[in-house]
Amino acid sequence: MLYDIWTVFWREWLVLQRRIGRFILSRMVSPVLYLVAFGWGLGRSIQVSQGSYLDFIVPGIIALNSMNISFNSVGSPLNMSRLYHKTLEEYLIAPIGSLAFVIGKVLAGALRGLISSVLIIALAYAFGANLLINGWFLLALALNCLVFASMALVAAMTMSSHEDMANFNTYMLLPMSFLCATFFVPDHLPVALKWIIQLLPLTHASYALRAIATNGAVPILSFLMMSIYILLFIGVGVWLMEKVRE
Amino acid sequence: MIHVENFSKKFDQRIAVDNLSLHIGKGEIFGLLGPNGAGKTTTIRVLTMLTQPTVGTITIDGCEIGHNRQCIKAVIGVVPQHFNLDIELTAWENLELHGRLHHMPSEIRKQRIADLLEYVELSDRANDMVQKFSGGMKRRLMIARALLHQPKVLFLDEPTVGLDPQVRRRLWELIRRLKSEGLTVLLTTHYIEEAESLCQRVAILEQGKLIALDTPAVLCERLGAYAVEWDEEDGLKTKFFADRMVASEFASTLTTTTTLRRTNLEDAFVELTGRKVVG
Repeated sequence: MLYDIWTVFWREWLVLQRRIGRFILSRMVSPVLYLVAFGWGLGRSIQVSQGSYLDFIVPGIIALNSMNISFNSVGSPLNMSRLYHKTLEEYLIAPIGSLAFVIGKVLAGALRGLISSVLIIALAYAFGANLLINGWFLLALALNCLVFASMALVAAMTMSSHEDMANFNTYMLLPMSFLCATFFVPDHLPVALKWIIQLLPLTHASYALRAIATNGAVPILSFLMMSIYILLFIGVGVWLMEKVRE
Repeated sequence: MIHVENFSKKFDQRIAVDNLSLHIGKGEIFGLLGPNGAGKTTTIRVLTMLTQPTVGTITIDGCEIGHNRQCIKAVIGVVPQHFNLDIELTAWENLELHGRLHHMPSEIRKQRIADLLEYVELSDRANDMVQKFSGGMKRRLMIARALLHQPKVLFLDEPTVGLDPQVRRRLWELIRRLKSEGLTVLLTTHYIEEAESLCQRVAILEQGKLIALDTPAVLCERLGAYAVEWDEEDGLKTKFFADRMVASEFASTLTTTTTLRRTNLEDAFVELTGRKVVG
């Protein structure tokens, strides 16, 4: 199975290598805009309990950006592959298991999320942010990338058109980008909304990254929640891969 | 090599294939014929395990579908109707991905990719992105890909649809070469002349049902070896004759423009289904 995972990953790696320059440049646009608008612009007049607003939002920007990149690296290409290019059939008629396919795709999507996050961390330092980056921080980041790469796989195998994929982005990812403790702590929101937000995976990524970057704390609950989401999405993904033959 | 017994496929209430039974021998080129929507592609999709049969037993090279999926995957090669090459990869990389997915050892894989690219006359385009390929080149590369892991059975779903006549004939030559190498080929087509030129036996499907199964020659002979065609006010008329002299005598009695020719598979199809094959 490891060889099959590597084969699926290898194809994605080949494509990424070919367009690594374009990938890096395009992924820098939105984090730079966030850093300028919320860090330099709006952030100068905001003070939060942890210190500067820039230090506060950088973990949030890393969380939301790694979510977007990991999701979009798997979601749209796989949906197109299933519905339009039909290249998914090449994997379906090959003697590889559904789990190997799912893990290979998810790892490749997570890798893209991680590469773009490294760029944002470098940019954040250039903007003058103070962050503690250690192994736990990287683990939280990797878990967040895996959550959204696996969620994208489920969405891609479920949505019946490219437009539906775009709608999934609009109704799921966009609200999470702003509400899941990325730009502000959701403590003052209505209780029901706060509870819903506490259940969403990006909230735990923001909490974990911020806690580690600020004071080195290890948020076990957030790690646990993200791990549960990964297992859930991978399980559903494997089931959908089997079901696609019916 | 391929045994299909009482196979049916239903999509909700629509029956795509209705109680089909077929036996295809080793080394045979077998054609599934019929107009669009007859159930040809559904049959291929079930035989290649891209969808499951509703009922029926299907075995390929002794392995039964539904029981031994990996065994069948190792012995089949598939060229689908649509171009499903990975457009983000080169020709070589498409084959390399296929070889890796079929667990071919590195050295054997590389040698076989080089051989097959030469076989389908694409060696000089090995490192080009397939997005730049013409339809005929894509189809040839898909055949090379399907053959890479040395399957025993090749499924070709409408292999020449949308290709110009020269490219079509080159592909026919390629398919004949595969047969000479002992491969069993199941192809679907709605081009009657393609089936007539390539297949030893054909099955004609109409609205999911098998309406005829025999060699093209026998299907034609059932009508009569010669056909006379003539124009009437309400359209083209055809009459079949076993004997050329009798056909000629009949033609001489007609006052409009007439054609006397050999009966072909399309005549058999029209007589059996009551309609011309349309794309």
